[in-house]
Formats: sequence, C-alpha cells, structure tokens
Amino acid sequence: MTAADELERGPATRSAPGGVRSNLETIAHVLAGVPDPEIPCVSVMELGIVREVHADRVIITPTYTGCPATIAIERMIREALDTSGFADVAIETTLSPPWTTDWISDEGREKLRAYGIAPPPKGAAAASLRNETHAQCPRCGSMNTEEISRFGSTPCKALWRCKACAEPFDRFKCH
Amino acid sequence: MDKLATYALRLGDDSLVAGQRLSEWCGHAPALEVDLSLANVALDQIGQATHFLALAGELEAKGRDADALAFRRDVMDFTNCLLVEQPNGDFAQTIARQLLFSHYQELLFTELAASKHARLAAIAAKAVKETSYHATLASDWVTRLGDGTEESRSRMIAGLDWMWRFVDELFVIDEIDAAAIAAGAGVDKSALRPAWDMRIDAVLADATLERPAPRRPVLGGRTGRHSEHLGHLLSQMQFLQRAYPGATW
Repeated sequence: MTAADELERGPATRSAPGGVRSNLETIAHVLAGVPDPEIPCVSVMELGIVREVHADRVIITPTYTGCPATIAIERMIREALDTSGFADVAIETTLSPPWTTDWISDEGREKLRAYGIAPPPKGAAAASLRNETHAQCPRCGSMNTEEISRFGSTPCKALWRCKACAEPFDRFKCH
Repeated sequence: MDKLATYALRLGDDSLVAGQRLSEWCGHAPALEVDLSLANVALDQIGQATHFLALAGELEAKGRDADALAFRRDVMDFTNCLLVEQPNGDFAQTIARQLLFSHYQELLFTELAASKHARLAAIAAKAVKETSYHATLASDWVTRLGDGTEESRSRMIAGLDWMWRFVDELFVIDEIDAAAIAAGAGVDKSALRPAWDMRIDAVLADATLERPAPRRPVLGGRTGRHSEHLGHLLSQMQFLQRAYPGATW
C-alpha cells in the first residue's frame, strides 16, 4: 500500500468541516517538503521512501541496502515532524516489500528529468535490472545514448552519455 | 549463541568482510568508473551486513548490536567464508573473487527470500536486487580481462587460480545450516552448486577461459579458522574501537 493509497482510504483524510486539514494530510504535507539529501529536487514522498502515513506513525523504507543517505533521511523526517508539532509521530522502517523505482511518482519522474537525471522506466520491478533499454537524454531528448558505467555517483544512479549532444548524464537505475 | 543467530551471523560476516575488503580499492582502482563501481558494491555489502548482524544480535539477545558484532569480536569469532577475506591482489584477482562470491550470493538470496523467517526473507529480497548488479559487473570484467590482451588474460587466469581453492566452502552445510533448513528459515547451499557451476561456466566461456583445475578445498572459516589475512583486515576495520572502546560521534 502506498502513502497515497493510505491517504485515500483513511476516514480521517476527509477534510474536516470548515476546510481544516486532517492530521494525516498535514503530516503528508510536511513529508512532501522533505527533500532527498542526495537528489534534493525530489521529496521523500515522491521517491516512494514514505510507505504509509498514520496518525501516530510514519513507515519508511530504504532505497538501497547500503545507501548512506538512509540515516540522514530518517533524521530529516524526524526534524520536519518535530518542528511541525508531530513529535509524537513515530518513524518505523520496513524492508519488505523491497523498494522499487516503480514507486517513484510521475511528478517525481518529471522533476528528475528536469534536474538532468533520466528517470527509470516504469515496470522496472518486473523487467530486467540490467538497464538494457536505452535511456533518453534528459537534456536533448535523444535516444541515441550509451551506458558508461553501471555504477555512478550514488547507489541509485548509473552514468550514461548522449551520443547526439555529447553530454554525460545520470540515469536512475531500474530497481 | 543459538543456531539461527549463528546462521544470521555467518551471512552478516560474509557480507561485512567482502565489503570491507572491497572498500580497500577506494581511491586506488584503475579508472574512476571502476573506483565508483567497487565502492558502490562495497557499500551494498556493508549494508547487507548491517541488517544480518543486527538480526544476529537480536536473536542472540545479549545486548550486542550490529556495531558491537562488527567491531568488538576477535578474528576467531568471525564466521565468514575464507573466500571473502582473500587479499585483493591485482584488479583481476579482486574481480575473480567478486565473480565467484556475487553469483553465490545472488543464488543464495534468491532462495532465502522465500524463507519462513520474515526478517531473513526481507533482507534477502532487498539484497538480491543489488547482488544481481554485482554479479553482472564481475561477469563483464572477467569477460573483458579474459578475452582481452595477453597481459589481462594471464592475470585473470592467475586471479581465478588463487581464489578457486575457496569455492567448495561456500556450498558446505553443517549442523547450523541443517537446523536453519529444518526450521524452514535457511537455504540448502549444497543444492545451489549446479546452478552456480552453470553460471560460472557460461561467464568463463564468454571470457574464452578454462575452468581452473580442481584444487584441494580449504575449509574452516565458518568455525573461526581463518587465514592470516583476516587478522590484518580486522586490525584496520576495528582500529578505532580497539583504541577507543565505545567511542561514538
């Protein structure tokens, strides 16, 4: 279940009379303002790191097992909740089901592209992990691209090059 | 330590020592892209170790967390297989070790993801996606080096030859494995060997290399009988906690 599903399901998500936001909506709003520390153009919500939002707890999942940002992300979420008056909302981490790039929202994908990172194709969970499909250059839009290195500047990215505009670019790995 | 705790500890020690060994390349690899690749793989493995060791500590229930298990045990208490502690040697020797180990890990984690033990299954399901990348990286390099120049080929052959003695230990099962298998928590590693052989043979064929001649297997890692190399690795990895016990920052 995604955070968005949870928001749609929960009775508390319906706006209270007078247009006052429910706690769940406010918490989700606070989390939408927490950027990923390594790719600050997208939030932890858009990346699918936040799995569930409840009135008393937020459930998050790490992207990569060894991602050094995992601890930083939890700290940033804690700080955002605390400063917004949700100090009693706990943060729980779950590994299962494992995070996949399919959980990156459409807005998140667009923001990655605008930031210069080719977003992963949808359906990554079922498809090959080998990045055999060609990435579209986030700068000029050409499909005439090639992989330089499967491992890039962070665990989630591979290094690619556009043969049309000659620019190197990062590609978010299908995962 | 109960048997399942030891089972988790072995998984954690394999990943930890493999990751620590690989991280020695950071800043020294032959090219920037390779440096990034090896550091990324090392990070993934140390991440796996953190999860497995945390679980081992909880099952043991003596108040030891992942850090305590990683940094405050001596060499004879480590239960990793001998393959992962082998020295990096040259790049080809490191890649040989990675090929043999990552294909083993990928097969193991694929099975472990179906474990009845929910935590082991969750860690394995997460790790296997990354391990698949590691196996591909190592396979690609074995092919490039083996089917490359005379120099790269001879080094690749020597690297595989060095590591081959430590392969059989990966698939040995003992009473710790048997207990985990009986509980539906563990994997029968001995049954993974045919699939592993097929994968390695396919890579070697791509690389135009022969499978190394059979060697007398060297065993002992699971019960703490290690090569001298592990002690040196730990003296670096554990330096801070040895010099300043309990230090935090």
